[in-house]
Parts: sequence; C-alpha cells; structure tokens
Amino acid sequence: MYDTIIIGAGMSGLAAGIRLAHFEQRVCILERHSTIGGLNSFYRLNGRNFDVGLHALTNYVPPGTKVGPLSRLLRALRIGWDQLPLCQQVGSAIAFPGVRLRFNNDFEFLLSEVHRAFPGEEDGLRRLAAALAPYEEYGQARHSGSARAVLESHVREPLLREMLLCPLAFYGSPREHDPNFDEFSILFRSIFLEGFARPQAGVRELLKLIVRKYKEVGGELRLRCGVRRLIVSGDCVQEVELDDGTRLAARRVLSSAGLRETFQLCEPQPKDLPAPGALSFVEALSVVDREPAELGLGESIVFFNDAPQFEYRRPQDLVDVRSGVICVPNNFQHEKRLADGMVRISCLANYDGWNALAGPDYGVAKDRWYARMVASAERFVPPFRQAVVARDMFTPLTIRRFTGHDQGAVYGCGQKRHDGTTHLRNLFVCGNDQGLVGIVGTLLSGITVATNHLLQR
Amino acid sequence: MTGAEIKEAVLDILSGIAPDEDLSHLKDEVAFREQLELDSMDFLDIVMELRKRYRVQIPEQDYPALSSMQSTVSYLEPLMKDIAKK
Repeated sequence: MYDTIIIGAGMSGLAAGIRLAHFEQRVCILERHSTIGGLNSFYRLNGRNFDVGLHALTNYVPPGTKVGPLSRLLRALRIGWDQLPLCQQVGSAIAFPGVRLRFNNDFEFLLSEVHRAFPGEEDGLRRLAAALAPYEEYGQARHSGSARAVLESHVREPLLREMLLCPLAFYGSPREHDPNFDEFSILFRSIFLEGFARPQAGVRELLKLIVRKYKEVGGELRLRCGVRRLIVSGDCVQEVELDDGTRLAARRVLSSAGLRETFQLCEPQPKDLPAPGALSFVEALSVVDREPAELGLGESIVFFNDAPQFEYRRPQDLVDVRSGVICVPNNFQHEKRLADGMVRISCLANYDGWNALAGPDYGVAKDRWYARMVASAERFVPPFRQAVVARDMFTPLTIRRFTGHDQGAVYGCGQKRHDGTTHLRNLFVCGNDQGLVGIVGTLLSGITVATNHLLQR
Repeated sequence: MTGAEIKEAVLDILSGIAPDEDLSHLKDEVAFREQLELDSMDFLDIVMELRKRYRVQIPEQDYPALSSMQSTVSYLEPLMKDIAKK
C-alpha cells in the first residue's frame, strides 16, 4: 500500500514526489513513457542532444533571492541555488511589422524600449505592472477576468497591447484570444519582471536534478508503466490499474495527466468532462553548423507576428506561420559554448488536421511546414537555412504522445482546478490543469497540491 | 532535550528550510516573520521537520505557538523533554 501514487513523471509529479517522500511517505510515480519529463523532455538523435517543450526557464531571479516563485520552489525542494546554476538570456525581442521591442531581465530596459517606440506609453506600462495580481499564496482560488480589458485600461496604443500580449500568450495561456487576468499577471511577472534563463545543459539538467533528488529521498519511479484506469468506489479511488492489468493500492492518488484525462481514467467517469484545450504547437528544430550569432541570430528569444493584430487561436490550417517563437538556446550567458548551434521555432497548430494525416502524408506535411516555418521566421531574423545540417520537427501528435493531453493541448484545458481537488476525496490533480503557468509554475503546482492536501493528513 | 538543545534543533531545521537566511542575528523574542522571509509553507515545514526528526506531533491549532524562537522553545520543552538530542 502506497501513501501516494503519482501519475506522470513530469515536472509537477516529480516535484510533488520530492515533497512527499522527503516527509516519509511511501510514494510511487507511474510514467507511461520510457523517459521522464512529459511535455518538457529531451532526446538524442544522430548523436545530437535535442530539447523539447521548455525553451527557457522563466521567473529568473538572482541566486540568493528570498521571495518569488523560483525561490519558493528551490526551498520547498531543498535544492540550493548552487545546485541549479542558471545562465541568463542575452536579450529577447517582440517583432511586429515595422516595430521591434527588445527586452531582457531588467524591466527598466523594456520601459525604455516602449518609450523609444511608443513615446508616452511607458507610464501606462508601469501602471499595468503595478496593477498585476500578486503572486498569491500558492494554491488558493483565484478570480479571473479579461486580460485584454485590463491592458486596454492602461495602454492606449493597440499595437503595443498586442505586442505585450504575444509572448505571454505563447508562453502559457491555455485560453484562445484573451488570457484571464490572473494568468496574464503570473506570465507578465515571470517574463517581463523576472525573466529568462537556462541551465547550461538545458532542460535535461533540471530534470536530472529533480529526479535524482526524488530518488535520494526514497521515492520510487516506474517507467513504461501507464495507468489504464482508476477504480472508484463511492467517493474514493480504490485501486490504480496499470496498462498490464496489475492493480496497485494507494491511500491517495495525485494525477498530473490533466483534468479531463484524469477524469477519463476514472471508472465510473464523472458526467461532466471538461472540454479539451484548443491550443497546440508544432516545433521546428534546426541544427546549424556554427554559432547562430555568427549568422546574425543574436537574440535569445524572438516572438514574432506579421500583422498589427495578434491572433492566438487554433488555426484552420495545419500550422499558423503568421506568428511564432524563435528560440536560440545558444544565446544565453553560458559558461561554455553549447555543442551545436540550434534554432527552435514554435507555431500554433491544429491537432485534428495533423491527426487526420495518413502514414506518408504525415512525413510530407512535416517537411512542407518545416520549410514554411523557417521561411516565415526568416522575415524576423536573418536567414539561416543555408547553415542547417540537421533538423527535426514535433507536432501536436508528438505532444499528445508525450503528455497524454487530448488534442495535444500544450497548456491543458481551459478549465482549471486551482486548489487541485476533484470530485473524489482521495484524488487530486497537479500540473497544467491546476492552473499555475510556466515551467516554474508547473513545478510549484506539484509542491502546492502535495503540501496542501497530501502532507497534512 | 533541554531548552538550549531544542533551540539548536529548530535552528538546524530553519537553516535547512531557508539556507540563504543569516540566522546568527535571530532574536529569540521577536516573531520569525519579522526577521526572516518565511511564508506559510515554511511554517508548515517546521512542523513537518519536527515530526520527521523527533516524532513530535503538533496539532494545527497550536501552530501560532511557533511564531518566535522563544515561544517555540517554551511550547516544545514539555513535549520534547524525554526525547534524546540527535
């Protein structure tokens, strides 16, 4: 009998596991895949390291900082600042037609850029920053209103509003068009007020650190061990049935599979399933034969959009190449150069479209859209295709495979369970659908739900 | 454990929870919250660490007793008098 079974060895499940095992619970994490990480993972292909999911860690604050989500997270996991050296971005940009706003981990720099491009609007941006919802006590219920409405009340220039919204939506909004204000606030703080950084070796360094920590405190991790169903009796999960039919007993179950997906595992299922999230992505990964900066790609992350209006919606077509995110992992203040030059481009994509492609058409579509994404990105950064020596592409189907999220919904469904509870007394959810956003948010989600519901009983 | 030993044990717990805090100037009679950046999760962790290390159970209604070092030690003294120092 386990004290807690955790479904999914992604960031949130592992973080929850560390907390519970540290406080002497018998914990087992069940992961369907052969590797950890879920959405944020890594792999080797033809001798090269690739990362998926995470472009950068948000919420950067200098080592030793005592408040804020990153500090909170490290403390809760008993990880010292020296165990996770972070390399800050060199600088990023939001590129719209005719306007480019640069930003880095110093908010004053963004204000000066806004002053340069939109004179007079910097005061509104400052007011907006002061009006953000505070990072609350994690795990408490939040209110939700329109982020666009709040933006409009502080920023007069419509183009600037769209430009500010663009990176925040791409980096964590599960909702089309208009994020709710709480999510917007968290994202605004994590990106503009705190900032981007990266472990020298990328996401694998972070994942290896937390999985090592989990094992040190006595946690059990089973890979290739998917959960087929949760057998419910009354208001409790009685047993956890694995794909191979084995049944495990646990006092409590914490699922990072997603709210909808967790409910689908329950037998019997609750009547009202939350609708799947609409937003999914494709990512085109290009290995280039030199430092990207030598090709003129000198920024860490570029958020681009080719019209004055930014549309954050599921596209009709397979991919929406009008806007996207270009990340160059090399352009962080690393101790030593990365082995390969890499350019990653992410764009919104349509899950159903990709899912409908039969066998060879899928590969053809990947090639075709890879080329279109690169061509689109090259309108906002110097051309680099001539230097590409290897490439890979992941689609909404890849996301579906690694996260289990219906529709390959990157940020989960629109309906969140902020307190992590469900209709069952001993079943809780963490991760995307608990509602904290970004990479630090998802780690904190596991910590919060574990602490509030699973530790104190 | 004596009061002094309990204080040392609590300091050790605090240094694990908040490794970046300088605990050498901590005033016993002043609330932790006024001297350290501690939030509700940190306070809960003090309780959980005491349970883990010394098997002391602190019911939720008694958490306010842990507000300063002085109050914590006087609360814990009767509970921990028969517990051996680690």
